[in-house]
Amino acid sequence: MKNLEDLEKFVNSELTSKINNSYIKHDNVYINIDHDELFDVISFLKTNKETKFRQLIEITAVDYPERENRFKMVYLLLSHEYNQRIIIDYSIKENDIISSLTSIFPAANWMEREVFDMYGLNFKNHPDLRRILTDYGFEGHPLRKDFPLTGHNEVRYSEEQKKVIYEPVKLEQNYRNFDYESPWEGTKYIKEIKKS
Amino acid sequence: MAKEKKTLNLNFGPQHPAAHGVLRLILQLDGEVVEKADPHIGLLHRGTEKLIENKTYIQAVPYFDRLDYVAPMNQEHAFALAIEKILKIKVPSRAKYIRVIFCEIGRILSHILNVTTQAMDVGALTPTLWGFEEREKLMGFYERVSGSRLHANYFRAGGVHKDLPTGLDSDIGEFCEKFPKIIDDLETLLTDNRIFKQRNVDIGIVSKQDALDYSFSGVMLRGSGVAWDLRRSQPYDCYDDLEFKIPVGKNGDCYDRYLCRIEEMRESVKIIKQCLTNIPKGPIKTEDGKISPPPKKELKQSMEALIHHFKLFTEGYRVEKDEIYTAVEAPKGEFGVYLISDGSSKPYKCKIRAPGFTHLQAMDYLIKGHMLADVPAVLGSMDIVFGEVDR
Repeated sequence: MKNLEDLEKFVNSELTSKINNSYIKHDNVYINIDHDELFDVISFLKTNKETKFRQLIEITAVDYPERENRFKMVYLLLSHEYNQRIIIDYSIKENDIISSLTSIFPAANWMEREVFDMYGLNFKNHPDLRRILTDYGFEGHPLRKDFPLTGHNEVRYSEEQKKVIYEPVKLEQNYRNFDYESPWEGTKYIKEIKKS
Repeated sequence: MAKEKKTLNLNFGPQHPAAHGVLRLILQLDGEVVEKADPHIGLLHRGTEKLIENKTYIQAVPYFDRLDYVAPMNQEHAFALAIEKILKIKVPSRAKYIRVIFCEIGRILSHILNVTTQAMDVGALTPTLWGFEEREKLMGFYERVSGSRLHANYFRAGGVHKDLPTGLDSDIGEFCEKFPKIIDDLETLLTDNRIFKQRNVDIGIVSKQDALDYSFSGVMLRGSGVAWDLRRSQPYDCYDDLEFKIPVGKNGDCYDRYLCRIEEMRESVKIIKQCLTNIPKGPIKTEDGKISPPPKKELKQSMEALIHHFKLFTEGYRVEKDEIYTAVEAPKGEFGVYLISDGSSKPYKCKIRAPGFTHLQAMDYLIKGHMLADVPAVLGSMDIVFGEVDR
């Protein structure tokens, strides 16, 4: 496709019901799809002569704990031939199973492992779904918003046991998260007093 | 009697000088032939993305230096561009040139390190010694402009932190005159060297199709014959106004990638020279007081400047609700930042797309069927730095 407007139109006309919403921003086309259409949409975009999105740039997730569909999955594709980028997203619940893209793009392997590691989302038909960045035997999913910044365990070398041991995190001082957002209107607790 | 086939499992790393960092590579060997490679990464994982979510936009910049720590400013560039695009900040022309100069210096820094250590991995020690002398000079430029040799923290959304100190431009110019000679010297040691060629030619061949499928970028992609460089195809800052060539390989082996890097260094020198002659005078960061801090001397006199200063260094600036992906051509490939802002002064989500991550992923595919001794050569030509792979 020559330009992004054409691309958006083309994708919408070809995939019609599979696309919920699309728009152009920051020189990218953003499309929102349904969770079960992922495989079809991606393989269409990769193989179609008019789009040729032959490179998978990144797979990632975003956590919105307050939403009913807690996670948003994001896929970024790049077309060298047409010099265009497309961003595909959809929302899923915590226990939904995502279909793996490893059969279309081998590069999806580690990216999906990272999402599994960081957000605890499960992939179907993934050849090797293990943790990737965190420690051996790690528990929890660090990039979820409810995971504390300090983590749960810390390691140190124990002189008595002559080995590295794991202990629950002990902080001399609590992590201080100042409310800088609105120093002029007063801090949160003052606002709460005012309300009541 | 038929001999029973036995495979041997070998732990390569986490502490191995040819692993270029903390990589634990579990190799399955049949004799000396590698049957399977399973890289275990994450030994340098510091939770950069989580930390950035808890810091203001200004405080997040130094984390980018610590990703690919041999070319720190190229990473900061991607982050600065992302914020600028969301907030629609106009960057002064001088700042754009300064940024490009230092990005190209970063590229030379990274390529010298890679080319010479790759040579060391296959047995040549001298290039490392020669190359590191030059890196020291370049890091001197980093120090003079930002106060730090490695972790610069120099680029800001809307420009750069400070203007070039007096005399730095002429010193960089002098370096650009001398440096091509050093590249020639390095080439006399390596390019036609019999041992270097035996260890690199036809090793770790990547076909065009596989380079695309495995999401390769940068030299890994160009070495396989795909002419793709973000500086040319999706230009940012002042790359549009500059003339430079993009070296592309033919065979996609380790040797072609080495040649691409050598040529890229020469092109970088040309780019820096053009920037030095064309660089205009003027401001080096946006004058919008809500984004960039006021000059020190105004703080004592202007109430407005004082308020801006206070607000910027406590709350930081707010970034409106948006979602953006920006990428730059870092020395190792496409380095991207996928940023989601929620209108507060901290990013809601900041995904860092590191080129080394996808390159290392292909280790198993690249090394299958090669000899054990080829592992360092292939690993070296991939240009892996664990700061960015593990994040």
